[in-house]
Amino acid sequence: LSAGQPSRKRSHSSGGGSTLLGYIGIDTIIEQMRKKTMKTGFDFNIMVVGPSGLGKSTLVNTLFKSQVSRKSAGWSRDEKIPKTVEIKSVSHVIEEGGVKMKLTVVDTPGFGDQINNDNCWEPISKYINEQFEKFLKEEVNITRKKRIPDTRVHCCVYFIPPTGHSLRQLDVEFMKRLSHSVNIIPVIAKSDTMTVEERQEFKQRVRKELEMNGIEFYPQKEFDDDIEDKSDNDKIREMMPFAVVGSDKEYQVNGKRVLGRKTPWGIIEVENPNHCEFAQLRDFLIRSHLQDLKEVTHNIHYETYRAKRLNDNGGLHPITSNDTQESNL
Amino acid sequence: MILLVNFSSPFLRSPRAPVITEGMSSSEVLAGEAEGNGGIMGQQKNLEGYVGFANLPNQVYRKSVKRGFEFTLMVVGESGLGKSTLINSLFLTDLYSPDYPGPSHRIKKTVQVEQSQVLIKEGGVHLLLTIVDTPGFGDAVDNSNCWQPVTDYIDNKFEDFLNSESRVNRRLMPDSRVHCCLYFIAPSGHGLKPLDIEFMKRLHEKVNVIPLIAKADTMTPEECLQFKKQIMKEIHEHKIKIYDFPETDNEEEMKMIRKIKDRLPLAVVGSNTIIEVNGKRVRGRQYPWGVAEVENGDHCDFTILRNMLIRTHMQDLKDVTNNVHYENYRSRKLAAVTYNGVDNNKNKSQLTKPDTPDGMSPLAQMEEERREHVAKMKKMEQEMEQVFDMKVKEKIQKLQDSEAELQKRHEQMKKNLQAQYKELEEKRRQFEEEVNTWETHQRILEQQKLELNRTIDKGKKKKIF
Repeated sequence: LSAGQPSRKRSHSSGGGSTLLGYIGIDTIIEQMRKKTMKTGFDFNIMVVGPSGLGKSTLVNTLFKSQVSRKSAGWSRDEKIPKTVEIKSVSHVIEEGGVKMKLTVVDTPGFGDQINNDNCWEPISKYINEQFEKFLKEEVNITRKKRIPDTRVHCCVYFIPPTGHSLRQLDVEFMKRLSHSVNIIPVIAKSDTMTVEERQEFKQRVRKELEMNGIEFYPQKEFDDDIEDKSDNDKIREMMPFAVVGSDKEYQVNGKRVLGRKTPWGIIEVENPNHCEFAQLRDFLIRSHLQDLKEVTHNIHYETYRAKRLNDNGGLHPITSNDTQESNL
Repeated sequence: MILLVNFSSPFLRSPRAPVITEGMSSSEVLAGEAEGNGGIMGQQKNLEGYVGFANLPNQVYRKSVKRGFEFTLMVVGESGLGKSTLINSLFLTDLYSPDYPGPSHRIKKTVQVEQSQVLIKEGGVHLLLTIVDTPGFGDAVDNSNCWQPVTDYIDNKFEDFLNSESRVNRRLMPDSRVHCCLYFIAPSGHGLKPLDIEFMKRLHEKVNVIPLIAKADTMTPEECLQFKKQIMKEIHEHKIKIYDFPETDNEEEMKMIRKIKDRLPLAVVGSNTIIEVNGKRVRGRQYPWGVAEVENGDHCDFTILRNMLIRTHMQDLKDVTNNVHYENYRSRKLAAVTYNGVDNNKNKSQLTKPDTPDGMSPLAQMEEERREHVAKMKKMEQEMEQVFDMKVKEKIQKLQDSEAELQKRHEQMKKNLQAQYKELEEKRRQFEEEVNTWETHQRILEQQKLELNRTIDKGKKKKIF
């Protein structure tokens, strides 16, 4: 583990379980770790993927309650759709309660927008592997930095267009190929298109299709450590994919100021659990599973990549950055 | 009493003889008609009595009602944009009902073109409505040429009509040409996708394209306005000719048309579920935050679309299809035939048909075709002969080889046979030798036996004595 990541569970003393005869003060280690963490701060890298016009940038802004996305310069709607998938990343440092977080949002404009979308997942896969490669190089160095800068993608939010029918071929292909190298969280974008019944039906169908195609989205069943985790994660898995609505405009509703969208027939409140599942997504992503995302990325995805690299080369040669990696791990 | 009526009204420029009413004599009628045929801008004289040709529109109306109307509507768009729901809402029928599921419920791997017909009756007027659907459009990962089946379908319909128009017996001419194509744009809020632009560019010269923004309840009014502006800008940029509303002299109609033009492309919401709102029963979609009403002009442009499509401009759509798109197709097709002397549309008809469907092929062209045909046949013959020769040579070679092999084997077998024969001869000699020795041996034995007998006999004789 890189420095500054507190362990999630308190390690119990196994075997014997000798009772303490007085107060020693071991439990203050939590406090010490917290202080250290606050000083060093966190890195978090989130990637948003989906065809243009699904509200990716708006959602990211809403999630982190600030203008962190690529389009934070306002309504830059006259940007042309790029001919190939580009990877654009924007970094911000946001602070809350003394804790600093360096948030990097990686955007993928041009995904799924062309007439021929074959292999549009390849640039994304290449980018993820490149970040793994960078980290690996740093780790393998003789003189290592004290804290390796972590640019690996911790979480990939995939936006499913709300057709109301089922997953598209492109969605299935993308998720199949990338669910082994990165944590994929599928969300249903612009869910204010659907009524509540339509939404439920659509979710059921999407979940069934994901299962049928063997796509393991985050939280993956195989990484549940204990019963507690499993039951928590099961509850979350039942609700996924989250049907979200994003907005960065505020309106007055019943005397309160809420984030929402104003339509002639009503105001859609983003944080109202009856209207959409944005609040659940935010709690899940930020308030409970942020650290877990990072851990799974580091312990599982990165280790898989590393093992494969070491096995392939039979030892690590000096690697050039133009190595073509296979896109599937 | 004889009434003089001036027949200079434009109505009487028809070739049919005017109806003689109110006790006119035929000579006066003819004189009036001669004057009237002078021009449209003839003097507008006031009629001094009731003539009755004001009834003409009613006659046309009655004839048309008896005949019934036909209308073909095509809907194109990615799946999940609410096309079937909109059709059901427009015509207030369940074209796609649960027991006959629409294309949305079937997963298509390639683009298909399907048509379904329904006969609607309202107020004594029959409308044969054909809906052409394109399931699978834009759904695959690689969507290049997904417009090809659509353009082929439209061209086929034009060709059918052209063929039936050129026939000798033209009594029944069913008009199955596509009169209008509703193109559904996904409400991304950004602009047109490359697929949208490509498709509309290829179809705007063949059919009346009306772009619609689907699922318009996704967007707030400001977003919708911005989106519409962006789309219109892109449409102008790429010089796409969408259906244009004709100008009329009527001031009121012009106002309405201008209002429609401002709101292009129309943002629609479809629904057939009825919900109670403030005591009224309306069609709409129920959300936790409110009800989006389909027929409310503030919520979406559905009513405008319905009025325009059905109540005011249906006939105009048919006319434009007939006069502009079909004529374009026809002139292109016929020009290709007569201009070059070679039918460029040959790939559409059979290879061996020397006549083009309109029967107007000039003799020279037929000669040319015949010559071409003959040349082709000769070439084919030559090729076949060559192939034949080659094959014959091969066969001969093969036969020779097998013959040589057989010969060799024959020799081999003969040699074997001879060897065996020699062996057998050897054996026989040996056998004969053995026989000889055995015989001599036998003879010796016999002799010995004889001598023995003689001695025994001698002994016996001695004894007796």
